Order: sequence, then C-alpha cells, then structure tokens
Amino acid sequence: MSMVTKSVLLVFLLSMSVACTTLRGTGDLGVVIERGSGSVQIVDTTQRISLKQVNGLGDLSHASIVYSRDERYAYVFGRDGGLTKVDILKGEISKRIIQSGNSIGGAISQDGKLVAVSNYKPGGVKVFDSNTLELVANIPAIYGDTNQQSKVVGLVDAPGQRFVFSLYDAGEIWLTDFSSGKAETTRYKNIGRQPYDGLISPDGRYYIAGLFGEDGLAVLDLWHPEKGVKRILSDYGRGSKKMPVYKMPHLEGWAMTEDYAFLPAVGRNQVLVVNRRNWKQVASITVHGQPVFVMARPDGRQVWVNFAYPRNDTVQVISTEQLQILKTLKPGKAVLHMEFTSRGEQVWVSARDAGKVTVYDTESFNAITTLPMNKPSGIFFTNRAHRIGL
Amino acid sequence: MTALLTRVKHCMVKHNNQLLKLLLTIAMFMFYVTGYAGDTYQNITEQRRAELHNLLIQDCGSCHGMTMKGGLGPALTPDALKNKSRQTIEMTILQGRPGTPMPPWQSILSKEEVRWLVDALYVGVTP
Repeated sequence: MSMVTKSVLLVFLLSMSVACTTLRGTGDLGVVIERGSGSVQIVDTTQRISLKQVNGLGDLSHASIVYSRDERYAYVFGRDGGLTKVDILKGEISKRIIQSGNSIGGAISQDGKLVAVSNYKPGGVKVFDSNTLELVANIPAIYGDTNQQSKVVGLVDAPGQRFVFSLYDAGEIWLTDFSSGKAETTRYKNIGRQPYDGLISPDGRYYIAGLFGEDGLAVLDLWHPEKGVKRILSDYGRGSKKMPVYKMPHLEGWAMTEDYAFLPAVGRNQVLVVNRRNWKQVASITVHGQPVFVMARPDGRQVWVNFAYPRNDTVQVISTEQLQILKTLKPGKAVLHMEFTSRGEQVWVSARDAGKVTVYDTESFNAITTLPMNKPSGIFFTNRAHRIGL
Repeated sequence: MTALLTRVKHCMVKHNNQLLKLLLTIAMFMFYVTGYAGDTYQNITEQRRAELHNLLIQDCGSCHGMTMKGGLGPALTPDALKNKSRQTIEMTILQGRPGTPMPPWQSILSKEEVRWLVDALYVGVTP
C-alpha cells in the first residue's frame, strides 16, 4: 500500500469514527415551521442554532407538531392534509402521507402509539399508527339528519388512551376512547354554537372549548364524563358589542398559574385574569392589541402575550404577581408564536414577516440571538413529548 | 383583463402547455408589477401592493389556506369564485360576514385596496 493510499484510508477511517461517535440526545432540540417554503428547521436550544432544514412538507399555514415519546420523531400536521413524520436526529422525512384535503391539527395518544388528525375537509378525525402511519380508525364526525361531516377543531389527547375534540359545525364535543383497542365514542350535543378551539388543563382533567357563536366556555370534566358538559365564564367572549376579531385567540397554551388562569379576551385589547377555583373573573389587564397566545413561563411568574393583525409586531410580558405589564418587546412584523425552553430561561419568538426567530433571555429581556427563517410560524420543542395535551 | 387571464389559465390547465405556462407567468408578473387593467390603482404604491399580496397569502391564508383552497373559511380559488359577483366579494371583505369568523376589513383596507385584492383572487394567487 502506497503512502498516499494509506493516508487516504487513515483520513477516511478517522472521519468514520468521528461520525460514529457523535451520538446525541434530542431533549434540547425543537422544530420551527417555515410556512414560506413548506419546510421546517430543526433547532438546538442549547447552542441556539439551526441544525438542518427539511423540505417538502406542503402547505404549512397553521401547521402544528406533536412528538413521539422517544423525542426522535416530529409529526407535522399541514393545512393541505399532509401528515409528515420527520426524523429529527437524521434531519429527514421518514414518512409522509396526504390523509385528507384540509386539516387543522393533531394529537398523539397517551401510549404514543396513535396519532390523530382533525380535518376540515372532508371533516372528522383520522387515527394512524404512529410507527407506520397506517390508518387505524376513521371517525367521520357525521351530525344532524343530512349525513354531513363537521369540521373538527381542538383535538387533544387525554389520560386513559382517549382523544377529545370539538365539532365546529355541529356544536358538539366528542370523546373517543381507545383503551379497549377499538374506538368507542361518546357524543356531547348542544355544547354551544361554533366551538373554534379547545384545550386540556395541564393535569389532563378538564377539556375546555371556546365558542365563536356565543359567549361562555364549554367544559368537560374527564374524571366524570358522565356528568356531561357544563358552562363556565358565561361572559367570556365577544359580548353584546361584537368587535371584529382579526385572528381568533388560541386556546392551547393558556396560561395557568397556581391561583389564576390568564385568558385572551375575544376582540378586545385585554388579558382576563380568572380565579381557577371558581372561574370568576378577578381582573383585566389592558394590553397592546387583541391577544392571540397568552402563555405562562414554566415557573408561572410571567405571562407572555402576542397580538392579532394589524398590531402584531409586539410582545408584552405580564407579571403574575402584580398583574401589570413588565416589559414591551418588538421582535418584528407578524409575531406568530412563542415557545419556552422547558425550564423557562429562554423564549423563542417567531416573526413571520420579519423572517426571523428571536431568542430572548426571560430575566433580562435581552435578545440573545436571532435565526433567519422563511416566514416562521409555530415553534415546538421536544419536551412537549411528555406533556398531556401537547 | 381579469377575465382574459382566467380564460388563458383554464386553457393552460386543459392543455398543460409549457410555453403557455411560461407566457402566463410572465403575463401575471407584468400584471402585478404594472397593476391591473392599465393601472386603475394609482393610489396603491408598489410597496403597498407587496404588502397586500403578503396580507392575502399570509393573513387571509390563515383561514382560507395559503393556496386559497379553504380552511375554517371557504375556498377562494378562481374556480370557487367564478359564480360569485365582484360586489358580493368586495362587500364581504369590507363588512365581514355576521355569524361567521370573517371580520370586516373596512377600518384597515380602502375600497380601492379591496378591489385590488378581489382582482388578485379572480386571477389566482400563489405564495
């Protein structure tokens, strides 16, 4: 063997050994949706860098993500009905299907084996094997006498291998139980007009649906589903003087501290503070615009708020002790989403029209770094894998 | 002009002609740059047109889909709109649709800007 061949071989073996020894976990990784290019970027929240862009995910307006319980795979729910399983360690698509004409969100089951998708067109929920993405169950969400399928919103997982979701057109909440291996659905009718989104409390006990068509919220106690759906906060909503709502508030990630829940007012420039024990409003905080996301830092000491078009270049931080605004930040045009690292020392903020994600220190409020992205929207860190309802 | 472009587009879909596709792309580009129909939109600057295009794709797209194929709101593709009158669409944008999440945009957009947006929808918008 010549010297040249030897050294080439040596370099090759060395690089192989480097490639083989760079094992890593995924607990500090995340995925950012780039709706401008139908792609996602895999990010590292420790180094605060982008690791890789993955392309070919279709129409990602309003896209969301859930994670496999090993935090290796991200399931991306696209607007065009696409369900894409992305391997975030390899940085590539491992499977992709088009499961409907138009979808809005998804959830992963308690045991991590089922991925459910809620659809607008043709409506209903489809449930897939999280490993193979093969269809396990189809729940068409047919209502009324005309065999119509309802658009489905607010789909979440619940303890007991259950999924809960709301039927926008039908005004119903459905609870589907997979604990026997088969889908068994309980229907709750007349829960209110046009439920537009839903959330589950972090302990997985209460499912709450927001109503567009009337005031108040519909609540199902999942410890006692036999008691049916009840109403809380009867004044919550657009009220008698209906103001235009340019972007519906998102319910997922509603801030809950020990004593209070912080809710986005609908169509008004306010964050409402509600007593968690009796669901009575205790205060309202005037903010910069119509709130969209109202999210608590993981320790509950701060609540971060972003706003609807056209006042969407701003983020405000509220102190949950003083119920006052602590800080106003300008991350750029069209702030769409915020995601805290699991212990809350950083928050990542996407500004769609500014084409960047800004990472803030949540104590000093200094921008630590910015990452260029193509119309970034949702930001999803892998710690969601271990949280009920996310 | 709008009707003509729509017709050319249908023809293109039917025959899948590459040359036609290229010509149409050029035509649509010119359309956006110069404004619609010999520029009846003198009050809308180039920059504002870019903003309106972005508004259509991104903000309208939040409910109607970035490809305008629908979402919580209905589809707004040229096909979906071909039987709807211009007046109906303009009024819907300006005044919203009571009983649905569609808000009135008249405090944010001028009538001229709404007309520009409807023109863009009739032709078909791509991100």
